[in-house]
Amino acid sequence: MLSRVAESIYWMARYVERAENLARFVDINIKLNLDHAYDGLDQWEPLVRTTGDDEYFAEHYDSFERQEVIRFLAFDLEYPNSLISSLQIARENARTVREAIPSEVWEQLNDFYHFVRGTHVSHDSLEGLSDFFQQVKQNSHLYNGILDATLSRGEAWHFANMGRMLERADKTSRLLDVKYFTLLKNVTDVNTTIDDLQWSALLRSVSGFEMYRKRFHAITVNRVAEFLVRDRVFPRSIRFCLDQAALSLDAIISQGQPRDSNPAEECLNGLRQRLVELHMQDVIDRGMHEFIDDFQHQLNEVGTAIFETYFDRAHLDEVQSSQRQSQFQSSPTPG
Amino acid sequence: MTQSAFDNYEVGPFYDEALAIDGTPRLQARSVTEFIKTLPAGEYRRRQEAVDRALLRLGITFTVYGDENGTEKIFPFDCIPRILDATQWSHIEAGLKQRIRALNEFLSDIYGEQQILNDGIIPRELIEGAESYRVACHGLKPPGGVWCHITGTDLIRHSDGGIYVLEDNLRCPSGVSYVLQNRMLMKRTFPRMIAEAGVRPVDDYPNKLYSTLCQIAPEGVTEPTVVVMTPGIYNSAYYEHSFLAQQMGVELVEGRDLTVRDGMVYMRTTDGFQKVDVIYRRIDDNFLDPDAFLPDSMLGVKGLMDVYRRGNVSLANAPGTGVADDKVIYAFVPEMIRYYLNTEPILPNVETYVCSIEEQRKYVLDNLDKLVVKAANEAGGYGMLIGPHATDEQRREFGHRIREQPRNYIAQPTLSLSRVPTLVDDHFEGRHVDLRPYILYGKDIWVLPGGLTRVALKKGSLVVNSSQGGGSKDTWVLARAFESVTDPDLPL
Repeated sequence: MLSRVAESIYWMARYVERAENLARFVDINIKLNLDHAYDGLDQWEPLVRTTGDDEYFAEHYDSFERQEVIRFLAFDLEYPNSLISSLQIARENARTVREAIPSEVWEQLNDFYHFVRGTHVSHDSLEGLSDFFQQVKQNSHLYNGILDATLSRGEAWHFANMGRMLERADKTSRLLDVKYFTLLKNVTDVNTTIDDLQWSALLRSVSGFEMYRKRFHAITVNRVAEFLVRDRVFPRSIRFCLDQAALSLDAIISQGQPRDSNPAEECLNGLRQRLVELHMQDVIDRGMHEFIDDFQHQLNEVGTAIFETYFDRAHLDEVQSSQRQSQFQSSPTPG
Repeated sequence: MTQSAFDNYEVGPFYDEALAIDGTPRLQARSVTEFIKTLPAGEYRRRQEAVDRALLRLGITFTVYGDENGTEKIFPFDCIPRILDATQWSHIEAGLKQRIRALNEFLSDIYGEQQILNDGIIPRELIEGAESYRVACHGLKPPGGVWCHITGTDLIRHSDGGIYVLEDNLRCPSGVSYVLQNRMLMKRTFPRMIAEAGVRPVDDYPNKLYSTLCQIAPEGVTEPTVVVMTPGIYNSAYYEHSFLAQQMGVELVEGRDLTVRDGMVYMRTTDGFQKVDVIYRRIDDNFLDPDAFLPDSMLGVKGLMDVYRRGNVSLANAPGTGVADDKVIYAFVPEMIRYYLNTEPILPNVETYVCSIEEQRKYVLDNLDKLVVKAANEAGGYGMLIGPHATDEQRREFGHRIREQPRNYIAQPTLSLSRVPTLVDDHFEGRHVDLRPYILYGKDIWVLPGGLTRVALKKGSLVVNSSQGGGSKDTWVLARAFESVTDPDLPL
């Protein structure tokens, strides 16, 4: 498959996943804050902090009021990581590879985009917002379902799957970070009802509350972190996502020509190994935020390695030339 | 719809494709008009609206050049089909095959021995002055001697009922994807209407296109890698490029995906370089290869023409075909048919005045208020003067341009294009149409039954181009032939 096409499919998948997770972020914060309506601890700043785009926010917005933060995360067309911008980018990528994906996938993504584009949610109406984010999630699920039900498990699907799984791993880690930023303001609340409420909300935001209950029942910090970071079978845990990404990468590798080395594979497997060896208690002792920061840094390196291995034209041309050269040198001289 | 759906319909002083001059439906349109009469009030309109929504959902859109905000627009589709019966179609089909054969002969000749110039049939300076004439193509011998593999010829029906050729589009004619999508939408929306009429299918176009492309592969290549080459997502026909690649199951490449190494063309894949054998290029000659044509082209592939010359890659259409759809050269196509095929043209040209010929230029300048003036090398309805509708100032300006650069202009009488009933609010009105059939030329010549009927949706407008308020209709070629004697104004 063309490198350019593979790259567009990869980013299409990443950006749809990004849009869905933004909806989850905002939705969960709306729900969380409903439990704080009585004590006035309505918090929206943590969401901005987790994006890592605090500077942009400071430049363009006046306060961390709910309306402002929601406008920033969901509807800001200028901000490239907002929900609507993510969908726009996903659709633009899909548009450049329409020939490579099933029509049904394109149609759903196109519909999804027009739905978000055409939504005029009053940023003050909680009912409207809650419905809206719910529908964003549904649209994303529908897209993922169609993708899985119609696209052959060839390179196109595996690049899409790799993109969506890496993005999901990243977003689950950022959700953990929301909790961290929220905690900071309420140190005294650790292991209180409020703390429980917050951890439950976090689990719900990744649709993981019920699955968590089945595995651990009682809610404790260590276990929630263990579940979200290292659960082998929960489909939004970081480890599960990375394992799935690795399976897709394996499939891509086995469908292609043998290579001397594969930086993408080395980098991704290194990161997975570190997760396997991790002790959750150490993470909590040393600080969840530091762990997440470090993890995101390593995940970015995986992204870079995938780019260099599969998408980077300059790199590809160089490898091809040197391979051809070595082929030329090793072939026997005729006569 | 009520019993009176067509009762207040005005045929007017035009040829109407669906109704005869006395307002009675033509035989081939009768099943459609009868069907519409059976629909409850508002039902037809409701179905048309469902089609409009589907177009947006499917993302069947095009890009308008120079429009900064609305980058994507829907190409409007009107559900009343344009209908041709088997007799009318076989006449058109025969005429197109004849014309393509002659044009192909002309291209082989013009980039070879140039006998038609040596014999004085076409003035040499007209060819050499054509912007689309490619010196770099001299001596080329495309596989099988075929230059124009995919053609979309523009036809019109005049008020005399006759079909005329308006333009030969031999470069990268677009629109065929709309033919297929229109039919898909009609099948979804009006299945019974199609079943009752007995319409010839169009869905095998991608198959035929793919076979044609395989047939022109370089010698010795048995399982060619075929690709579609697009200038990119910002091209107005991008949707069609991706649609055709998808339907054929081949890669859609941009110039930056291709590279030339050791006399071969390769595409950059996730798995290294892969050799490419046939390129259906939807990109103009000029941008194909910066080494051979425009040096600053960013869209093409450096060294591509050299590979082509060596016979290691095939291009469809062959470079250089544009010279045969220059609007000045167009005027000589009937002569080409007589010269190369030794027979009379089946489909006539529209009468054309060539401004570089002095007495014809004089006539044009004296009659600007009656004529349509066209630039020799513009498409899409740009660079045009519609004399009767123009202001004095516009006519003066065009007169000036013609005197400055006579080679660049031709003029034709204002044609009265035929009309087809079209939904306007809650009733039908006649709107002007043209017809672009698609012709494939590989081992032999095949014509897609029907083609794209473009319709000028604005009342009274003759401009059918999508960029200027045009829409499209499904074109039905019926399996059945009707006796033409009951059509009072059909030509004998």
